[in-house]
Amino acid sequence: MAKRDLPEINAGSMADIAFLLLIFFLVTTTMDVDTGISRKLPEKQPADAPEPPKLKEKNVFIVTVNRNNDILVEGETFMTIDKIREEAKKFIDNGGGLGNPIDGAEPAECDWCEGTKDPASSDHPNKAVISLESDRGTSYGTYIAVQNELVGAYTDLRNRLSKKLYGISYTELLKQANNNASNQSLKEKVKNIKTKYPQIISEAEPKK
Amino acid sequence: MPGISTASLPDIVFMLLFFFMVTTVMRETDLKIKKPTLPKATEVKKLERKSLVSYIYVGKSKVEGQGGDKIQLNDRISDVKDVKYFIFAERDTHSEDEIPLLTTSIKADVESNVGTITDIKEELRNINALKINYSTLKGDVMDNVKKK
Repeated sequence: MAKRDLPEINAGSMADIAFLLLIFFLVTTTMDVDTGISRKLPEKQPADAPEPPKLKEKNVFIVTVNRNNDILVEGETFMTIDKIREEAKKFIDNGGGLGNPIDGAEPAECDWCEGTKDPASSDHPNKAVISLESDRGTSYGTYIAVQNELVGAYTDLRNRLSKKLYGISYTELLKQANNNASNQSLKEKVKNIKTKYPQIISEAEPKK
Repeated sequence: MPGISTASLPDIVFMLLFFFMVTTVMRETDLKIKKPTLPKATEVKKLERKSLVSYIYVGKSKVEGQGGDKIQLNDRISDVKDVKYFIFAERDTHSEDEIPLLTTSIKADVESNVGTITDIKEELRNINALKINYSTLKGDVMDNVKKK
């Protein structure tokens, strides 16, 4: 080949330009992923709505956080945050009586619970309600910490049940179900665990 | 000994460049309040589909001496009553079938009062925006309480 007619554009400085841009984007990038505790608020009831059915006292687990960030469980025991999870698990997993009917079947005992079956504690995981009461002056950090522990109690129980039934933890099961959304059997498994340990946490309106 | 050829260097750099260009999220709103220190939690879920999430910031005012929690919606410090207009405005930008999927993420400071958060939740309930997310970092919950 003879001498070229057109001289090539010198691309030597291309790397420098690209580097400059690269550094700009490196500096401006924020890699934060948004994480948090997801909650669904209860629907607003119309003023003329009928009174909700009264729950039996033994089926409600009341956690109160006052303005000094003290935590009171069932209105009588003061507790530190790290104890709540165990207490909540004991309460949910008690299985002392008959539960609400599932899928129209007869009310049955909780045969997957490993609790003490204390008649003075909750009847069934699907009847057990955790009620979180707070004060307007409670610090948000404590409030979230307590919420986290309560959600954690459910997660622990679900993990245990899932390990027993399917050999993998619930968290792992959820991940798999999310990754292959078309897989019906995984979905069924997740649903099954969810109905066996439904997460019932009520956030009461704080005292004025 | 010939030197190492640097001819492919621009390609490598460009590849990195594109990666960072694609992953970059430019911050849309400036914070008018002090940057909230988010509480920590372990049972966290990732927020998927960021386009469906609207953010409410709660924290202390930047001006010294102004007590109380401030709520920031978009670029302004607002009142709790404005929360509903904020959500309505968010809904306007989405199609009808996406509205039930809209999530409100509350980014509140560890030291704010639960009362403020409850007021916001009450407003959200009034307009039926029921999906919320308490924004937290991953970490040990005991950190929320210790600092004082």
